[in-house]
Amino acid sequence: MNSELFTLTYGALVTQLCKDYENDDDVNKQLDKMGYNIGVRLIEDFLARSNVGRCHDFRETADVIAKIAFKMYLGITPSITNWSPGGDEFSLILENNPLVDFVELPDNHSTLIYSNLLCGVLRGALEMVQMAVDVKFVQDTLKGDSVTEIRMKFIRRIEDNLPAGEE
Amino acid sequence: MADEALFLLLHSEMVAGLYRAAEQGEGENGRCTTKLESMGFRVGQGLIERFTKDTARFKDELDIMKFICKDFWTTVFKKQIDNLRTNHQGIYVLQDNKFRLLTQMSAGKQYLEHAPKYLAFTCGLIRGGLSNLGIKSIVTAEVSSMPACKFQVMIQKI
Repeated sequence: MNSELFTLTYGALVTQLCKDYENDDDVNKQLDKMGYNIGVRLIEDFLARSNVGRCHDFRETADVIAKIAFKMYLGITPSITNWSPGGDEFSLILENNPLVDFVELPDNHSTLIYSNLLCGVLRGALEMVQMAVDVKFVQDTLKGDSVTEIRMKFIRRIEDNLPAGEE
Repeated sequence: MADEALFLLLHSEMVAGLYRAAEQGEGENGRCTTKLESMGFRVGQGLIERFTKDTARFKDELDIMKFICKDFWTTVFKKQIDNLRTNHQGIYVLQDNKFRLLTQMSAGKQYLEHAPKYLAFTCGLIRGGLSNLGIKSIVTAEVSSMPACKFQVMIQKI
């Protein structure tokens, strides 16, 4: 039941943003920004409840994200695939994305990245544990792909103790 | 199953995001409460449809209000409404002594002026739910000391 509340609320939010902003790019940006703000706070909840310790490499981080975080917050376990040879990039494959349970994209929103909030959440949460990552959707079932694929790329360790934007 | 923490964060970011956009002149200022209310309305409509799928037909208006206070509230906010009062002339007051969307703010009066922002969505939720059960209403909220709050439902006779 609770997941319907979340799914419907998220849908209402995207609908409202589509009314407020003229083009899909701006909506995508706004969703990413909101996700980021959620992520930087969600990580605290995650660390407090999951009892996960420090990850030693990016592979371990990938496991924690897919098997613990996604399971805990969205009730799904994406599979991890397509590792880059350098081990700094991987894909999360979502067989079913609960965010899009009742969703169909109208033709005039072909460039809308409906679930872009997720990218922001992942980026924000990882930034709080000193990891700068690039997160983006490369496949989306809403756009006719057979699965939803989120690509995550490790950029660098953040050495600075201050969070970005706070001087 | 989505986690509750995620919904709470999404809701507070929705409020923050709308007001932030309005301040920067991107959205229309002063309409944030209306927007939140109408988002709640849509969600309320959708939820009530699912929640009432297998319930028996409601006897009357009071029966519907009781459903909102018990089943609906429990599913959404993990607790029942603490007190339901009515004047039997179309006005209902739903009191929640520990409203879930206010519990993350400090209790008492310090942030009282910000409380209405965090109630607009829920006002819409109630109005949307009632609307799909055939009841047209106006829903307002009132807070005197957080995290307690009252929702007043005025039924509009058609």
